[in-house]
Amino acid sequence: MPLLEMMGICKKFPGVTALDDVCLTLDSGEVLALLGENGAGKSTLVKILSGVYTMDKGQIKINGDIVDIRNVWDAMKLGIGIIHQELNLIPDLTVYENIFLGREKRDSVTKRIDKSYLKQESKKLLNRLGVDIDVERIVKTLSVAEQQMVEIAKVLSMDCRIIIMDEPTDALTTDEVQNLFKIIQALKCEGKGIILISHKIEEIMEIADRVEVLRDGKYIGTKVVAETSTDELIKMMVGRELKEKFPKVKVPVSDVVLEVRNLSVSGLLHDISFELRKGEVLGIAGLVGAGRTELGKTLFGVYRYSGEIFIQGKKLNLTSTSAAIEAGIVYLTEDRKEEGLFLDKSVSYNMTLTILKAFTRLLGKVDTRKETRTVSDYVQRLRIKTPSISQTVENLSGGNQQKVLVGKWLMTQPKIMILDEPTRGIDVGAKVEIYNLINELKENGIAIIMISSELPEILGISDRVLVMHEGKITGCLEDSEATQEKIMRYAISTGGLDGEGN
Amino acid sequence: MVKETKKRDWSVFLRGMQSVIGLLGLCIVLSILSPRFLKWGNILNVLTQTSLNAVMAIGMTFVILTGGIDLSVGSVLAFSGMVTAGMIHSGLNVWIAILIGLVIGTVLGLVNGLSVTKGNVPPFIATLAMMTMARGATLVYSGGRPKSNLGTAFGFLGQGKILSIPVPVIILFVVFIIAYNVLTQTATGRYIYATGSNEKAAKLSGIKTDYIKLLVYAVSGFTAALTGMIVTSMLDSASPNAGNGAELDAIAAVVLGGTSLSGGQGSVVGTIIGGLIIGVLNNGLNLLNVSSYYQQLIKGIVILVAVLIDRRKR
Repeated sequence: MPLLEMMGICKKFPGVTALDDVCLTLDSGEVLALLGENGAGKSTLVKILSGVYTMDKGQIKINGDIVDIRNVWDAMKLGIGIIHQELNLIPDLTVYENIFLGREKRDSVTKRIDKSYLKQESKKLLNRLGVDIDVERIVKTLSVAEQQMVEIAKVLSMDCRIIIMDEPTDALTTDEVQNLFKIIQALKCEGKGIILISHKIEEIMEIADRVEVLRDGKYIGTKVVAETSTDELIKMMVGRELKEKFPKVKVPVSDVVLEVRNLSVSGLLHDISFELRKGEVLGIAGLVGAGRTELGKTLFGVYRYSGEIFIQGKKLNLTSTSAAIEAGIVYLTEDRKEEGLFLDKSVSYNMTLTILKAFTRLLGKVDTRKETRTVSDYVQRLRIKTPSISQTVENLSGGNQQKVLVGKWLMTQPKIMILDEPTRGIDVGAKVEIYNLINELKENGIAIIMISSELPEILGISDRVLVMHEGKITGCLEDSEATQEKIMRYAISTGGLDGEGN
Repeated sequence: MVKETKKRDWSVFLRGMQSVIGLLGLCIVLSILSPRFLKWGNILNVLTQTSLNAVMAIGMTFVILTGGIDLSVGSVLAFSGMVTAGMIHSGLNVWIAILIGLVIGTVLGLVNGLSVTKGNVPPFIATLAMMTMARGATLVYSGGRPKSNLGTAFGFLGQGKILSIPVPVIILFVVFIIAYNVLTQTATGRYIYATGSNEKAAKLSGIKTDYIKLLVYAVSGFTAALTGMIVTSMLDSASPNAGNGAELDAIAAVVLGGTSLSGGQGSVVGTIIGGLIIGVLNNGLNLLNVSSYYQQLIKGIVILVAVLIDRRKR
């Protein structure tokens, strides 16, 4: 009898089906890897198992008994422990306080916390993991790898039968990953069931016994690691048909507009060089955390960098966003609500904020008549659906909000637009409109860098694709030769194309 | 959709109007309870008293619109007033003495702004420190004694009248007109709202938010010093304890006027109305011979209730 069975799991969020009839089985002493692209539903599935979300439909059995997991406490009582991608420790407490947080042993008479017992138990747990961390250290002084060990110790202290690790190796160095794998092996030998979420296929091949692949919230299949190959898994991960239409327009490319040489940002980007030509869309692919947004923001003057950036042959010194805007580089953020819009302000306010200087007259007074004319003109050209230009942008749909931001940047008459996830959180229909808009910009001679996590979009819109991994460019593909498989290969490993015959 | 928008506009309008309605209601009740309330002399008295708090509250509005707070205004008021009085005593020209006082207030505001921007100190702490420092500096400079008898030329600022309107009221009017125009008509005004509404987005729009913050704290320091001039002139004396607790009245006026403490929303029109509510309430309670102990209690309740109503609507 399997340790854990999940059957027919469905979960809907407003507007999205996150999981559609997904199943999963796990035996004692087994490492099961969950594999899938960003947004495939991996995290949602384990969050249901650990009680963070409740499922809409489905059944969960542990050791053959049907269980009801309504919240995190239920999951804990059933022996399900999770180590989240973003660690859940209290940074200002000590190691032992974190390990036993909420489950402190108290003296039966005085009701005071029995600190010496907690310290002793914490030491035992950490010894079991083979790590040497002083249990009285404050957690925020530990490295990420050490913090992860504390999280694992915490899960062990709860005596869990099922341990879930969500992207545990993302922030670790190679040595630390090897150490983690040793610990996973040891836990396996103790008879624990382990679910490992990862998008790094080599690591899965090394540590997992079986792999389950999810795609777009659906169960695709399960393979025994010994009987499968990287190629097969990649195909399973990305093997969807291109559903959306991508209206691509070819424009003859001309001069180099932007040249980047040996660009580095400490801890984020390493030695990046590329060129961007007028009339092309340069797609930047990669997984979350590959440094794509950081690259976009560096070109927009947000981070301090070393290396050289040239625009039309002229070297730039991008010390601020206003310097970038002046040089003709603008950046459309991936996070509209947090970094882009002034939600409580009007369409007009949002669109003209960066170019107000162009409307000011005597004593800095804004010429609102001229402003209204300009805004109305752009609202029409971009086909923004809004009752009026004084409508607060909060009330617009995602697609129209995005167009407001595009309009805001167009008003600065940029030479280069960096679009970061331009269709995130936008309906399929509105996506096509954004694609058409990108084509129009291209035809008007604006060079475009498009960062996207959606491979079909990258393939459908870009003229050239750069792939990033861990802050480096690992591949550059012309659109004629780019395929989802090739991009995925570059995106998941620095090793690139070894083993493939070209 | 369209209907919803209209309803929203209504509620926004009502929210804007509720402080006006509150003020009018208060005036009606007081005019019934006390026949003296609506006398011209009393009205000018209310306006004069209000102008002290309101000038400072306008500067405070600038700071709060960016999401900050300035606790130092009461002490800055005292220090600049004391220095100006000292300068007058030492025989300096009155207008130059006033100018020095105003510059001192502005510079102290700039120091607040520098702590907040370059030093990354939370506004509450930075201005709390300034509040203590400026009060200390006032005591050191004055030796703890008031400086009185400042002469008729200086007295004009607080006690004079132009066309039978008290000078402080005229100063308030001028400050209000400038502040209103800056906030609603200029690019700088929009940047102030943008900084409070979404600082990240403002930075990514190429707005130098640090510069905007420096500016608003400087404005607040300036209006505090200006209030210091008026108070000192009005009493013909600079007291080391002047403006003790004044920052709270200024914040209360801003909040009663509907400006959000988290920034990005509000107006100086609201602040003036908020200031008037506090001024009218003070005056009315005095006219009705309510003891000063009860006055505090009632003022506190009014502020809490007003903000609760405002919260509920949001």
